[in-house]
Amino acid sequence: MAELVEIAEVVDEPALTGSKTEKRRRFRRDTRTRDKAIAWIIVALVTIITLFPFYWALRTALSTQRELLSNPASLLPVGFTWDSFRQALGMETAEAAIASGASARTFNFWRYLGNTILVSSVVAIGQITFSSMAAYAFSRLRFPWRDQIFMIFLAAMMVPGIVLLIPNFVLIYDLGWMNTYQGIIAPAFFMSPYAIFFLRQFFLGINREIEEAAYLDGAGYFEVFWRLIVPMSQGPIITLSIIVFITQWNDYLWPFLVGRDESVRVLTVALSVFRAQTPQGSPDWPGLMAGTLLASLPVMVIFLLLGKRISRSLQFTGIK
Amino acid sequence: MVPGNASYLQCKEFHAVVTATGISSRGLVMATNSLPGTGVHKRQFLREWRKRETLAAWLFILPALFGFVVFFAFPAVRGFYISLTDSDLLSEANYIGFENYRDLAQDDNFRHSLWVTLYYVLLNIPLQTFLALVFALVFDRFIRGAGWRSILLLPWLMPNVVVALLFLWLLDPGLGIVNEGLAAIGLPRMSFMGSVEQAMPSIAGINIWRHVGYTTLLVLAGMQRIPRDLYEAGALDGASEFGMFKDITLPLLKPIMTFVLVTSIVGSFQIYDTIAVTTQGGPVKATRVIYWFIYEHAFERYNFGYASAASIVLFLILIIISLIQMRILRANESDLS
Repeated sequence: MAELVEIAEVVDEPALTGSKTEKRRRFRRDTRTRDKAIAWIIVALVTIITLFPFYWALRTALSTQRELLSNPASLLPVGFTWDSFRQALGMETAEAAIASGASARTFNFWRYLGNTILVSSVVAIGQITFSSMAAYAFSRLRFPWRDQIFMIFLAAMMVPGIVLLIPNFVLIYDLGWMNTYQGIIAPAFFMSPYAIFFLRQFFLGINREIEEAAYLDGAGYFEVFWRLIVPMSQGPIITLSIIVFITQWNDYLWPFLVGRDESVRVLTVALSVFRAQTPQGSPDWPGLMAGTLLASLPVMVIFLLLGKRISRSLQFTGIK
Repeated sequence: MVPGNASYLQCKEFHAVVTATGISSRGLVMATNSLPGTGVHKRQFLREWRKRETLAAWLFILPALFGFVVFFAFPAVRGFYISLTDSDLLSEANYIGFENYRDLAQDDNFRHSLWVTLYYVLLNIPLQTFLALVFALVFDRFIRGAGWRSILLLPWLMPNVVVALLFLWLLDPGLGIVNEGLAAIGLPRMSFMGSVEQAMPSIAGINIWRHVGYTTLLVLAGMQRIPRDLYEAGALDGASEFGMFKDITLPLLKPIMTFVLVTSIVGSFQIYDTIAVTTQGGPVKATRVIYWFIYEHAFERYNFGYASAASIVLFLILIIISLIQMRILRANESDLS
């Protein structure tokens, strides 16, 4: 639009210099420039406010506890040290940690990281596999009560998590699955209404002609699904897998309830336990921030690699 | 999937004919009529073919259906049943009818938690939605390029627990940088999550920080469906940015705003993680939201029946709110569709 105005101006310039029209145009261009400047200021502020907490956590994690007390406002790390990270990563003995002023709690990062990766991957793989199979049936195959079943699945999205939380807890308890991986994984493993909805939406948009040609060649339903539908929706399936993976990575209440034990503890639960153990008066902020950053590092890497892609897909589902 | 019997082969041939004529399964009945052979055969083909498709479909949805029944449908029913008992997980549960619900109606703590949650929603949603509209407008009208946009997504991808801890430190009454900043410009220090008055606004602020980017992206998606030439026409008529926002953008944004508001309000009624990590319902009862109330009764007092009843009440409240919202916002649909 800006170009249009400029072109018009070039054409009109000789005849209209100094005229009222010209003045109005200039005014409009000026306000546009002003608005644009305001827009960039807003974007800059948003970016700073978004990124600053992470920077501040990093700055704190690289500081020493003692120096922090005397110099809380310095923008750079005070008493620069990698100790908090090394301690969180288990590279330093507890004695050395106490000597450097941190508390001697054990934060078994590698164990929690392994647990979190295991739980999130299994949930993502199971949920996406089974949800895409169901989405294929809902979008392509005709069978009795198809639409009714789909509507019931959708209705499940409306049920707040806590309504299901208590009965599911009782179920896992009755199964004897407390503090096991399967206890944490099971409820999210088979499906999520959101995943089925999201994938069905994509499958509906795929051209049917290729599929019908495949049926003509004698392909079965599973073959068509596996050889055609899945490869053709590779992009959305990968994006959704990442979203499911991150959602599981971030989940807190459920793993907190059924998997508090050290052996199956995931990072979010570990962080909250770590925080609960810190003395109320002077928590070990460098240690806490180091753990916090480490726990969010994988998500940050995913964001850097795939942030644009995820934001595009979210917009897609938002509209539908 | 690959049975070798005759009917399967017949079906396959039939399917081949159907697809070759360019008619998908929808046009099956019409297709059969154009086939050679007697009516009996046709009907048999049709039946076999449908049976096969139905069988395949059930196999495809079986795992998801299993998960749905075991972890969604059955628990939903069981949750309601538990709410009618005095279940405590350890001893035998007794059916007590609607007594839990009657108790809830008279429980001041329950009412308090509902009010606190509502207070949180009112602190959270208007500001978050307003900011999302402003940011979406900025990105839609002025800033091209998806790079800046995706930064908005970063906080939303972070675990609630991480976000809560980051802000616990930023807002620390003693050493937090926000208080250092306030002191530097001569304002009084604040205790934020340590004070009864400021705790809830602080929690709301934290969650706005986490969610505003996500909301912006959704609103932006709606804005980008508005035809550009409307703005060009507006600009030629000398309309201001604000004028165009008010008269073009907002009215055409109704469907997406319905979606955004319903999901974000329902979501913010379920605030829990941030509070669990930071204030734990305190100070006093200032952040004792409904989720915390339910959590406390279920998992600290093992009063599962009572907690279930509270969760069912929350569910009903959320349904009513969603229906009212959709009614109001859908009153006149977007002119675009």
